Amino acid sequence: MSRFVRLGETDRPALTLHVDGHAVAALEGDTLMVALLATGGTLRQSEFGPEKRAGFCLMGACQDCWVWTENGDRLRACSTLAAPGQRILTSQPEASWPSHG
Amino acid sequence: MAEPRIIIVGAGPAGTRAAQACVAAGIRPIVIDEGRRDGGQIYRRQPEHFTRPYEKLYGTEANLAQAVHGAFDAIRDRIDYRPETLVWNIADRHVWTANQTIQAALPFDALLLCTGATDRLMPVKGWNYAGAYSLGGSQVALKSQAVSIGHRVVFMGSGPLLYLVASQYVEAGAQVAAVLDTSPFSARVKAMPDLMAVPSVLWNGVKLTRVLKRAGVVVQHGVTPLEIVGDADTGVSGIRYRDGGGKEQRIACDAVAMGYHLRPETQLADLARCAFAFDPLTRQWLPERDGDGRASVEGVYLAGDGAKILGARSAEASGKLAALAALGDLGLPVDKGEMTSLRADVATYARFARGLARAFPWPAAQAAALPDEAVLCRCEGVTAGDLRAVMRETGAKEANRAKAFSRVGMGRCQGRYCGLAAAELIAAEAGIPVEQVGRLRGQAPVKPLTIAIGDEE
Amino acid sequence: MSGASDVMIVGGGLMGSSAALFLRGHGISVTLLETDLIGRQASGTNFGNVRRQGRAIHQLPLANRAIAIWRKSRELLGADIEYLQSGHIRVCYRERPELVGAMEEYADKARLEGLDLELLSGNALRDKFPFFGPDVLAGSYSATDGHANPRLAAPAFARAAQKLGAVVHENTKIIDAQKVGEDFIVTAADGRTFRAPILLVTAGAWGNALSSQFGEPVPIVPRGPNMSVTEPVPYAIPPAVGVMTPIEEETVYFRQVARGNIVLGGSTRGPSYPDDYRAYVLPQNTLSQLKQIRRLAPQLGKLNIIRVWSGIEGYMPDSQPVMGPSATTSGLYYAFGFSGSGFQIGPGVGETMAEVIAKGATDIPMEPYRIARFAAQG
Repeated sequence: MSRFVRLGETDRPALTLHVDGHAVAALEGDTLMVALLATGGTLRQSEFGPEKRAGFCLMGACQDCWVWTENGDRLRACSTLAAPGQRILTSQPEASWPSHG
Repeated sequence: MAEPRIIIVGAGPAGTRAAQACVAAGIRPIVIDEGRRDGGQIYRRQPEHFTRPYEKLYGTEANLAQAVHGAFDAIRDRIDYRPETLVWNIADRHVWTANQTIQAALPFDALLLCTGATDRLMPVKGWNYAGAYSLGGSQVALKSQAVSIGHRVVFMGSGPLLYLVASQYVEAGAQVAAVLDTSPFSARVKAMPDLMAVPSVLWNGVKLTRVLKRAGVVVQHGVTPLEIVGDADTGVSGIRYRDGGGKEQRIACDAVAMGYHLRPETQLADLARCAFAFDPLTRQWLPERDGDGRASVEGVYLAGDGAKILGARSAEASGKLAALAALGDLGLPVDKGEMTSLRADVATYARFARGLARAFPWPAAQAAALPDEAVLCRCEGVTAGDLRAVMRETGAKEANRAKAFSRVGMGRCQGRYCGLAAAELIAAEAGIPVEQVGRLRGQAPVKPLTIAIGDEE
Repeated sequence: MSGASDVMIVGGGLMGSSAALFLRGHGISVTLLETDLIGRQASGTNFGNVRRQGRAIHQLPLANRAIAIWRKSRELLGADIEYLQSGHIRVCYRERPELVGAMEEYADKARLEGLDLELLSGNALRDKFPFFGPDVLAGSYSATDGHANPRLAAPAFARAAQKLGAVVHENTKIIDAQKVGEDFIVTAADGRTFRAPILLVTAGAWGNALSSQFGEPVPIVPRGPNMSVTEPVPYAIPPAVGVMTPIEEETVYFRQVARGNIVLGGSTRGPSYPDDYRAYVLPQNTLSQLKQIRRLAPQLGKLNIIRVWSGIEGYMPDSQPVMGPSATTSGLYYAFGFSGSGFQIGPGVGETMAEVIAKGATDIPMEPYRIARFAAQG
């Protein structure tokens, strides 16, 4: 289910990125946030609560919309443009760090 | 003498007009901005492939937006413009910038902080669910991406932006479920004498209300928000509030845009070690400045909504005025008459802003009334009850002390969205005036900074 | 006269707060005076290492005494100060192979003081802790060290002392201290005075201002730690980690708190201004720290830092504190100048000073910390 609703500007060239391994269709000029939320409902899991998050301020101030690339780079979804071939993760790659102790 | 080094932080209306004044004086300023494109938040430009005309994007503000963009385009080649660049610290008369992993330390003779504003938020139970957005964020979604934040949107909060964005959503074809204003209509009537300072803006407000009325949107005044209803996985499904008559109401929606005016982005002024003073009308701590924008620290100037929320029109005037003040202080000739006229403009807008603050007051009492289970700090997941428990156990009643013990305001956003409400809650709980709670100290980096930083330009 | 008690403590950091608690344990009445709020400078802004390894060998008895208190802190204080006995690793780099010998030598001496250290090769370390970079040559692992939350520790000690009857005055800046007859009289900036026959100065970087009033100036230098913290990431790194090196810029350390944030410290220290009550993180020091962290643990390079901070610490030229009785004035005691390494031993310092004041003696060796060592140099 989508969260965002497109209200215009829909005749832009299409592009495809991958989110958690799945192909996602977006439009050139979409932010990552719009690309993800025009096709899905949330961006990431809150670290300290049970709820999923979908960003909040859309202007780079609240830091609620960080997502990750498969090689661990962090991207603020509201201020990063979607690009063809991007491979995005919506959970922290550090979750797979080996735990010791 | 070498050309004075002027750095302007921010490329919104204040930064653009400040840069324009520098260029007119023959100076090539450095303009640093976090955005991909100039315009700031209020006049944010849509990406290159988008085609909507100014009237559609900015409505009643189209001419102003076009003029500010035009001014920037005209000086674009005569400034050292650094978009997508964060000023993450200020020390020893240098600003420290980051663009991806590239860092720079830039010396300045004059620093103009035109850092703009973000939404002022009053938490409500459930505002941490997916689908709750800041009001400004909901406008950015529409303006710069042509999307609505949901299929059925409630606008809740107070201030002129509430009506502006709701009407923009209506005109763009989004479904607006309701506009819920916490301010009583009577406050607007009382504020009328000050609002008359700028009749054209007042008239624009009337037009917005008509747009909403024509579209059949429910508009309520004097409401008390109770809860954003939702689910941890799927997000917002509705909103509960008490209407002006005290009756509990419920509206189904999948998105809530919430905001209560704006708050200035003052972290850089803080890192530049500017003095702050408490403003009783807005109940915010603001960096001190003289009538022309000089901060308490020599060579630092403050303009636009980043210094005090006076609106975009005022930002253009105060940006130019601060630049002229800086140029004059650096020994360059400036038009004294123009400065006098800009001061008069700023004073007029200040009167109007005072009217707005009275017409749409910050509902401080709501912070005190937050139920214990409501999340207060979204970043750290700290509830109102957590903060109250820490206060009871430790006696903390100073903003930074309460942060140290409870983690309220300690997360990624550095208290931008919970700090003001947390201060109100602490004040109410401790039975002290909110100014005694103090303010959260600004800490570098003002936004997250990658550990990979360090490549030189 | 605003208050009288058996003992008056000036300086509400970890040393003063824990001394107040343990003095109450001896049945001694105590008044604790703090210029601002409890534990806000060196005690509250340090890295949070509860680390014995790497300390001067003569400090280990004090450190052992402290570790026993850290272990029972939850019961003692009735509060969670996020103490984790999750281990500590000190590593050295390939370009300084001579430090492996120094580590071995230290481990031999530490074992005699009851601290067991396990030496590991770089590869053995990387097997166990895969986050270490290729520059790491070897490491010394202490399973019984760990870390705690400095923001919470000193205030928790002060609250526990208060519950046992200690009187705590915050926002009480002491501007004068004198001995009049058998009593010390200290005066606050707002005119209040406090009196007691015994005065303990635990005023950190401000200690010299008081010791000088009794003819014992010390060459203390105020500086500030260089701290950062990352966004939260899933908890995966139990031990605190630090670098052993003679080069100050290389001396970085990090620890992951249970909530997931990684606290980074070291590389350089910044200036601090006790008179203005301010300390600043210099931007170049942040960058230097991040560069060194990338070398120590390259994977951390992907993370963001979200906050930096510093505080006011007092450094002595020999990096050892001033601790013990005054050489000029009977009834006067000092415990300050912990030179950026006071957090772990703090509760041990408080317990030892309480013991010295209550009983007149302690088994803890105090010779290296005598204030008279600076007078002798003069």
